[in-house]
Amino acid sequence: MTNQENTSFDERKVLEKLAHYLPAQAPLKDFIHHNTLHAFQHQDFFEACKNAYNSLGYKTSLSIFEYRTLYKKGKIKPNILKHILSQLNDEKGDDYWMHILVNSTPELPHKPRLGNVRNNWKKHFKIDLDSLVFPILFRLICSYLDQGISVWNFPVHKQGFIASIRELERNSLVSIFKSERARQLLFDNNCTITDLLSILIGKESIFEHYLFDQQFSHQGWSGMVAQIESNPQTLLDKKDISLRDLIFLELLMEIDVLDDHFGEIWAPLGSKINDTIIGLFEYQAPTELDNALQIWQQAFEWSFYNSVLVGIQQTENLSLGSNTKPQMQSIFCIDDRECSFRRHLEQQNQQVETFGTPGFFNVEFYFQPEHGKFYEKVCPAPIHPKFLIKELEGQGQGKKELHFNKHAHSLFFGWLIAQTLGPWSAFKLLFNLFIPKGSPAAASSFKHMDHTSKLKIEADPIPKTENNLQVGYTVTEMAHRVKGLMRSIGLIANFSNLVYVVGHGSSSVNNPYYAAYDCGACSGRPGSVNARVFCFMANHPQVREILKTDGIHIPETTLFIGVLHDTASDEMVFYDEESAIEHHSNQHTQNKIHFQNALSLNAKERSRRLASTSTEGNANQVHERMKKRVVSLFEPRPELNHATNALCVIGRRALTSSLFLDRRAFLNSYNYKIDPNGDVLLTIIRPAAPVCGGINLEYYFSRVDNHKLGAGTKLPQNVMGLFGLANGSDGDLRPGLPSQMIEMHDPLRLLMIVEHFPNVVLDVIQREPATYEWFQHNWINLVAIDPQTKQLYLFKKEKFVPYMPIDEKIKEASGLEGLFVSSDDNLDVMKLKMEVQHG
Amino acid sequence: MDNLLPIFVLLPVLAFLLSLFIPGKEEGALSKIAFTMAGLHLLLTMVFIGFWLGNGAPTLNIKEIVLFQNGDYEFFIDLYFDAVTAVYLFVGAALCFLVTLYSRYYLHREEGYKRFFNTILFFYSGYVLTVIAGNLETLFIGWEILGITSFLLIAFYRDRYLPVKNAVKVFSVYRIGDIGIILTMWMCHHLFHENITFLKLSNHDVVSEHLQSHSFVGVFIAVMILIAASVKSAQLPFSSWLPRAMEGPTPSSAIFYGSLSVHIGVLLLLRTYPIWEYQYSVRIAFGLLGLVTALIASVIARVQSSIKTQIAYASIAQIGLIFIEVSFGFTLLALYHFAGNAFLRTYQLLISPSVVTYKIREQFYHFKPRTKTIEDSWPKRIEYTLYTLSLKEWNLDSMMYKYYWNPFKFIGNKLNFLNAKNALLFFIPSYLLAFSLSFFQNEIPTYVHHYLAEIFAFIGLLLVLKAFTERKNALLSWILVLMNHLWVALAISFNEKFDLHEYLFYLGGIVVTGGVGLWVLLRSEKLEGSIGLNQFHGHAKKHPILALTMLIACLGVSGFPITPSFIGEDIIFSHIKENQIVLAVMASFSFIIDGIALIRIYARVFLGPHTKSFENMPYRSS
Repeated sequence: MTNQENTSFDERKVLEKLAHYLPAQAPLKDFIHHNTLHAFQHQDFFEACKNAYNSLGYKTSLSIFEYRTLYKKGKIKPNILKHILSQLNDEKGDDYWMHILVNSTPELPHKPRLGNVRNNWKKHFKIDLDSLVFPILFRLICSYLDQGISVWNFPVHKQGFIASIRELERNSLVSIFKSERARQLLFDNNCTITDLLSILIGKESIFEHYLFDQQFSHQGWSGMVAQIESNPQTLLDKKDISLRDLIFLELLMEIDVLDDHFGEIWAPLGSKINDTIIGLFEYQAPTELDNALQIWQQAFEWSFYNSVLVGIQQTENLSLGSNTKPQMQSIFCIDDRECSFRRHLEQQNQQVETFGTPGFFNVEFYFQPEHGKFYEKVCPAPIHPKFLIKELEGQGQGKKELHFNKHAHSLFFGWLIAQTLGPWSAFKLLFNLFIPKGSPAAASSFKHMDHTSKLKIEADPIPKTENNLQVGYTVTEMAHRVKGLMRSIGLIANFSNLVYVVGHGSSSVNNPYYAAYDCGACSGRPGSVNARVFCFMANHPQVREILKTDGIHIPETTLFIGVLHDTASDEMVFYDEESAIEHHSNQHTQNKIHFQNALSLNAKERSRRLASTSTEGNANQVHERMKKRVVSLFEPRPELNHATNALCVIGRRALTSSLFLDRRAFLNSYNYKIDPNGDVLLTIIRPAAPVCGGINLEYYFSRVDNHKLGAGTKLPQNVMGLFGLANGSDGDLRPGLPSQMIEMHDPLRLLMIVEHFPNVVLDVIQREPATYEWFQHNWINLVAIDPQTKQLYLFKKEKFVPYMPIDEKIKEASGLEGLFVSSDDNLDVMKLKMEVQHG
Repeated sequence: MDNLLPIFVLLPVLAFLLSLFIPGKEEGALSKIAFTMAGLHLLLTMVFIGFWLGNGAPTLNIKEIVLFQNGDYEFFIDLYFDAVTAVYLFVGAALCFLVTLYSRYYLHREEGYKRFFNTILFFYSGYVLTVIAGNLETLFIGWEILGITSFLLIAFYRDRYLPVKNAVKVFSVYRIGDIGIILTMWMCHHLFHENITFLKLSNHDVVSEHLQSHSFVGVFIAVMILIAASVKSAQLPFSSWLPRAMEGPTPSSAIFYGSLSVHIGVLLLLRTYPIWEYQYSVRIAFGLLGLVTALIASVIARVQSSIKTQIAYASIAQIGLIFIEVSFGFTLLALYHFAGNAFLRTYQLLISPSVVTYKIREQFYHFKPRTKTIEDSWPKRIEYTLYTLSLKEWNLDSMMYKYYWNPFKFIGNKLNFLNAKNALLFFIPSYLLAFSLSFFQNEIPTYVHHYLAEIFAFIGLLLVLKAFTERKNALLSWILVLMNHLWVALAISFNEKFDLHEYLFYLGGIVVTGGVGLWVLLRSEKLEGSIGLNQFHGHAKKHPILALTMLIACLGVSGFPITPSFIGEDIIFSHIKENQIVLAVMASFSFIIDGIALIRIYARVFLGPHTKSFENMPYRSS
């Protein structure tokens, strides 16, 4: 990578590399969590963090002062810190390190290398290219990609962005350029990026560095363009654009600005730069500060992990493998937001059993609502489904809102609207401030699928296809999916009469990040359709016949019922419940009461984190307040989403059901007994690592560098073309999470706990390199728990080593209700008082 | 009834002062003060308007306090209430109430929660003073408050580059409007030989009697009013500042740039209507400007692909229409239109984040591949030209550089040979020399006086140009601004009999606040090492108190109504005769650039990304 060894510039390769490093965030409607530093994932976590700072300037940990504050507050525990230091084997000794960590005044961090080449325009030419190029460049891209804000949209769409710009420029009396040379270069079909760089820079050895400097000075726009290039269907109104187009135009505009300023005679930038410039990605040894931060981070993580592991070891999971038939069973998404809801539900009644699995319930398809012009993918992002589920008898878009009408922006209609709708706006605002109510502008999880509609789930005898997708599933295909899910969560016997399959979504208003709040396993959409589709399959008599041959006997009396849980308002909708009412009326009514109680209790628990909703009063009162919050225009935090997530437990619920985990865990049910060689385990970890790990790391990095890796505060944000957000009018797009989503988050890497024998787990994670990378390079911490001895094994340097937790006392959870009222901070791991028995 | 008028002003001022003393952590108390005040204000306004209407809607006027008197010169605060006041007060109070209530939750946990409510309350005080003002002088105080609070709210996210840059930009455009008002006051003073109230202006006989013999003066005043109004209401050619002002939290953009602040230009037109009512050419010019703005801004609005800039240009177009309505004399229609537009744009801005959910959903169900618009039926050449032009905002923004900032910079850069040392070495002795000359004024022939005055004013102007373009030394820049004031004062003392009393009145505030600023700069340099003007330092992060002190010092030196120098500025102009356009222009340019140079020093030293930090740094493009 250094310029000495690599002086020739390969345009295609460099563009690929750039696209790889740029933020990989899709347009707003497809918000999918991912590891923000995905480009560094082939390196060890801490090595990657250091390198990402040195080359691109990303801050990748808390500052040393923040760690010290955590230490003072007791969130980093002294005995854990001591333990981490003792494992360091460093000749300088613990005392030395303690001084560095706690007392010394650190030097300001050195400067990253990004910008080292391009900064020279300012230094040697006294010219600020950014302010002369960016505004018009961003506006051109935004107008071209616009999905429906502008009234008069980009007039040309011909074979790509540059071709369209050419066409526009050729026929316009006004140029986007100020000088002639750049304009001529635009029309030159043979002109390449390399040619332009030769004019601008001259010295080939620094071309790559220059392009990185340039593109990372507006990484938001560049990343968006690269995303759309690689995945054009992410825009409903498809646009043909490439990163090459963007760079080509930007280089032209830079040449234009320089020509305009200096005439056509100016020396290329390379002539002012000597050869000692360090390559962007050249190795740099860790500094003492790097090491100190690494120690702090580990101490911070293990201060929490240790309590969890002690808690799991100390609590007894009673009555494993009991043979009673529970009163009800519910299958939830693994989402950390369902963690507390499941706890409240279980505490309603000892005869309630809950399971966790990714919220698409093993049914992958595209969904098309009635009157919808497009398909929506409702399964994890990497899966490419071959099935289509269509809604029949739905209601379409629903009500309209005149304030979004484009005519409001035109001169004469605007005049009329200002006189008529104008004064009415004041009243609308007043109403929303005092009596918040849903509106057509709100994002409601219940709108995703019309409650009363029908779905076409079973394929015709000769399956129809639409755009290469099969409409509905055949019976064999259904049975295959139901079996897969049942085996994965270990529910293959003792079925209760009613099994609820609970998808989740989230409602909010005035929230452009709405897609980030829905189910991640459904590509950022509510899981309602999946829940309904799965239940249809599991209730299908022919499917059950096939399942019998696989040893899964679902009694005839058992009914699966699809449900949608709104995690922001804590409300539920039950789908197709007619037969439940017909056959198990009493039980169903009883269960619904349980659900209702658990919802209110859950709402009350959640309210403790939200300062603007009072936690005082009984659960129902708090619940009503939480419902209002979701439809309040002025509320930038409808819920806190995945904030504070830190754990992923793959194993029987009994492992964690008597622990208070404070909504911090992804819980995936799994029974090692029916999976001796780990084949099922692989199907769980394969999606769990990127989904849970992706969520966790996106929160992590957005929290530690909210300016560069996160989106900053969302309060001043401006919606660009319906696909992105920027600050103000001329700014860069802001990928990542806004401060309102991460402010409560403690940046801890995910700890994945798997209940199985360590040799099996090791074998499973090593089967696929893509999965193994997460653990091998420590982007996720992994502990295996021996199901028989409860001995813990920590995955370290490619093998499992026994882990003896540092002794600590896990408190009994008494007075949780009180804590929900008084505390808004993370609560310790605690033992729940009421021991619940589970199968 | 008119005795109640001061309450309208005192209530928000009181709330503002109170809010200053509440600790930043007390979010509840801060917001409560704001919305309680706004609620009370709304209630008071409604009850008052009710009674006022019951009494037959009389025009109310009250001469409040005389701030300065010297001979026949009198500077006084005057309050006034008529239909225009009623509508503006009602709309203002209603929106302020709604927006403060909204922001109470919206701003929760935001760094600068206190700053936000302080600024909103200060802004509202300024707004009320502007709409209830009974003469130009009082209006100007409110007007200045609107300017500085605008700056503070645009730069609310002061650790990022773009908000600070745009705040300085908007402030310097506003400065042109300020000069419009100063020159209007200057001419009015000469025309009517007093600081005339709007009440007297509404007496047709008084106005026509004075204007008959001075038709040029009438045109001059009208043009100045038009400049001031179009700056504040973002009419051509100044429109491009409005979309760039949308950098603060959404509610502040809504109340400022969606609704209240941006309609103040219209208010100015309505207030000064009697002056230009019978100058038909002027009325045609006003109407035409409105028409051209309305047409161009609505074309620009059509191509905007971001929601806030779209609303901004759509609003500018509507204000253009309001200008036309005012020029036709349809006052009531204009007022109704103002209210409707203000409410509509506030609401649209507040719900602007919802546009994604709504439009994506709409598109999902009703997508048509590329909708045809009217423009598609036009010849390609015209269509593409108009599109490109509108995308570039008709070059409005680059024109501001080309014809406004760059010429100043060009001249200032010619003075680069001046460094701190030789500037002081030359200008201090020469000033002392000139100053001592003033003791022998009687020996100098009168015509030489005027030349000397112009020369001194010119030196002052050069100094402030240099201050504006100084790249390195903040201290030098500061001192040059102070010296500019000294030279201008000297120039005026040569121009006309200018007694020591007035001289002190003008310079007193400037010298004191100038000294404070000097101290702050020296102190910052000592603490932080670097305060060079070639970059933003963001020292406000570590030294909030110093930053605040510096802001106050800048305001004091720029003649903001916190020191007597504010009145002094008016006095200065009252000593420039109506035929001394050159001197007036030089003095006013001095004031424009003064303000910009000062706010630039403040922004560079205290705002922007904090360079010496363990915290993360925002991108320059954010």
